Amino acid sequence: MNTPASVSPTPYAPKYTPKWLVGLTLAAAIGIPGAILGAILLLTPIVQPATLDAITREWLGQDPATWYWRPWLGAGMLALVAFVLVNFGAIFSGMCVWYERRVAGRMQSRIGPNRQGLGGFLVWIADAVKMLLKEDLVPADADALVFRSAPYFVLLGFALTLVVTPFGQSLIVADLNVGIMYITSITALVVVGVLLSGWASNSKWALFGGMRSAAQVISYEIPAGIAIFVPVLMAGTLSMQGIAAAQGGLPWEWFIFRNPAAFIAFFILFTAQLAESNRTPFDLPEAESELVAGYLSEFSGFRFALLMLAEYGNIWVLSVIGSILFLGGWQIPFVGNEVYANLRGTGVLPSAAWFGLQAVSMAVLVVKAAFLSNVIVWLRWTLPRIRVDQMMALSWKYLVPAAFGCFVVTLLWEIAAVEAPAISTITGYVLTAGALLLLVLFVRQIFRNIAAVQGDKLDLSNW
Amino acid sequence: MEKLILRKVPNASEEMLLNFGPQHPSTHGVINFLVDTDGEVMKKAIPDVGYLHRSIEKIAEQVGYAGFMPYTDRVDYVAAMFANEGWAIAVEKLLKIEVPPRAQYLRAIAGELCRIASHLVSTGTMATDIGATTPLVHALREREALNDLIEALCGARLTYNYHRIGGVAFDLPEGWSDRVLRYLDHFETLLVEWDRLISYNHIYVKRLANVAVIPREMAVDYGLVGPNLRGSGMDWDVRRDVPYGAYPDFKFDVPVGRGFKGVSGDAFDRYYVRVLEMRESAKIVRQALEKIPDGEITAKVPRKIKPEPGEVLSRVESARGEMAYYVVSDGTEKPWRVRIRTGSYLAMGIIEDVSRGLMVADLVALIASLDVVAPEIDR
Repeated sequence: MNTPASVSPTPYAPKYTPKWLVGLTLAAAIGIPGAILGAILLLTPIVQPATLDAITREWLGQDPATWYWRPWLGAGMLALVAFVLVNFGAIFSGMCVWYERRVAGRMQSRIGPNRQGLGGFLVWIADAVKMLLKEDLVPADADALVFRSAPYFVLLGFALTLVVTPFGQSLIVADLNVGIMYITSITALVVVGVLLSGWASNSKWALFGGMRSAAQVISYEIPAGIAIFVPVLMAGTLSMQGIAAAQGGLPWEWFIFRNPAAFIAFFILFTAQLAESNRTPFDLPEAESELVAGYLSEFSGFRFALLMLAEYGNIWVLSVIGSILFLGGWQIPFVGNEVYANLRGTGVLPSAAWFGLQAVSMAVLVVKAAFLSNVIVWLRWTLPRIRVDQMMALSWKYLVPAAFGCFVVTLLWEIAAVEAPAISTITGYVLTAGALLLLVLFVRQIFRNIAAVQGDKLDLSNW
Repeated sequence: MEKLILRKVPNASEEMLLNFGPQHPSTHGVINFLVDTDGEVMKKAIPDVGYLHRSIEKIAEQVGYAGFMPYTDRVDYVAAMFANEGWAIAVEKLLKIEVPPRAQYLRAIAGELCRIASHLVSTGTMATDIGATTPLVHALREREALNDLIEALCGARLTYNYHRIGGVAFDLPEGWSDRVLRYLDHFETLLVEWDRLISYNHIYVKRLANVAVIPREMAVDYGLVGPNLRGSGMDWDVRRDVPYGAYPDFKFDVPVGRGFKGVSGDAFDRYYVRVLEMRESAKIVRQALEKIPDGEITAKVPRKIKPEPGEVLSRVESARGEMAYYVVSDGTEKPWRVRIRTGSYLAMGIIEDVSRGLMVADLVALIASLDVVAPEIDR
């Protein structure tokens, strides 16, 4: 009954998709992310200095300490990994755009992209090709050099975070001991790019967007930075892998449920990162109904594509940070951290079983990140946009004090946990049960909302 | 009014002149707002109207009484039924024709369906202007169904040309009233969904409550009409207070803004009055379909329309408020002077005073809450 009977179906919908196109779509949908994740799975363990040294010693018969080509070998491997990772960002943002458009179509009771392949999946490739072919326009009065370079700052701010975002237990380019601090500092480059593009466009709308973005990102970095310290305190390390290793695979072993303050800190971090990546309800810098397109107003073609790539790629970074810091990251249930070391073997390259386990840990992380990305997409098509003063008030009046509170509570909690380690375990069980209860209530509320509108009849045929 | 300056050299006051339009996503047509901003805060916004002026009133003096009916559709193409009706009533008053009761009921039914369609557009675009894109698409989906119904009635989806001098063009099609009743059953559940989807959304309420407040006295002073006036707490509806057509036969409430979420006369009140009005319109359509009498759908009208010299004023309650046609006849086949008084034009006058000290984002909320339609402003 949701759709009135008098609404006729769209007359131009394709009747069926040819078999070869279905095959091509499925191959692309599985093959492209599979290939890129597979490349990351194989390359990231190899690019570690220890493995490279072993390869130099065992296979090439050189002493890694004195061999002239040793730095060049490392640099070449790193360049290869960098290429793969930037492509991962591009492919993730492309597929995220497609997914978002499909979800938006469903939520708005319309169709969404459905022409290019099965379910319109190939539309993001078509979009990318289209954008590359468009004219790269620089407005006449723009500051051409700054205007041209601004998208690269944004892209750099996004791409450099991939260096320390893990893909699995050992699948990380560089497990820096300051990992999470590195991310918070390097993402500040994005705001430099946005501000530059806003200024250099010589458009009032772009200037508005750039200024809003600067205010927003700088304000929300503070609650985000403090909320990040909650898991850092609990794990006792800044390294991404260290934080993930300090958790367990089962929900009550995740940091979010180990400590009531962490539960709140997760939502503070999530909100603040939504704001930092300019997503609804914090999409003020590109608010369409107010600022036309904000700082993106004057960009076209490839540069516009770069800006969009970074914007959607930030969804991945945001989701991965959330799942690593609070949701147990890549931890597989019932598989302890020592299992990986035992499986590795003594060869130059790790054993096949080790790679298999890494693949499973990667899958766990990707599922968690995909779930968070999905929530972000839902939010965009559900919520209105808040106003500038409300955005600032939310950060400074509510999130910053709340984040400080979480920080202090966590400090005390950790002292208490040393005295009585059981409290963390008990809290884990209680909060997990509480979260499950919330989930049940949430689902029940959904059914009640549908019942209030549609009566007893539950019609989900739209899905 | 300041001269339109596209590139202004910054002066010592450090204010920026922003041309908010004529092509802008939330100006609801081609309107320009000259916005003096100090950062995010506006000093004032001056509406610059006239981009869509088509001299419709002057055309009336050239095409004659019957021939002007299709042009009235273009006065307000979001709710064309009322512009038709106002013109028809004005000419009928000049000719002193009595419209058959069935025709008056048909006018009421078509008008109220059109009011629902127009308010759907208004509330939906308001949600889009605040940043929620989903409600607009849902509203347009419902409006499509209404358009289908109106198309079955009069053959057009946007510019209806349904009214005739002395009646209406077509009688009810077969089975149409059942379709309408079935749709209204669905529509009432939609209004429940609508409130859950957007009206009571916390962010949405925060954006609209206590924003762009127009007190009752100010609304009356500026001559606001329709939902804008009622949103400010003034209980005035032409359908009830100066009844015309079949409206005395119907029982309906006139929703009045009383500070649903903030103070009376804020943007949320103007929005929510429209939501409530949709429910009342559905009620009127139900009553009209139940009570519709049999009979002729047009009165006997002379082939050559040549009224006595004189002047008349007709008032109808359009979706955007009271719409008045002032027609002066000099005894020939063409009107000597036609003047249309529309709600959107009156709403534009108040923007400069209300906008002082608002944020730029609130200007969007203000424009959307006044439900201006560009062709109705300029005609």
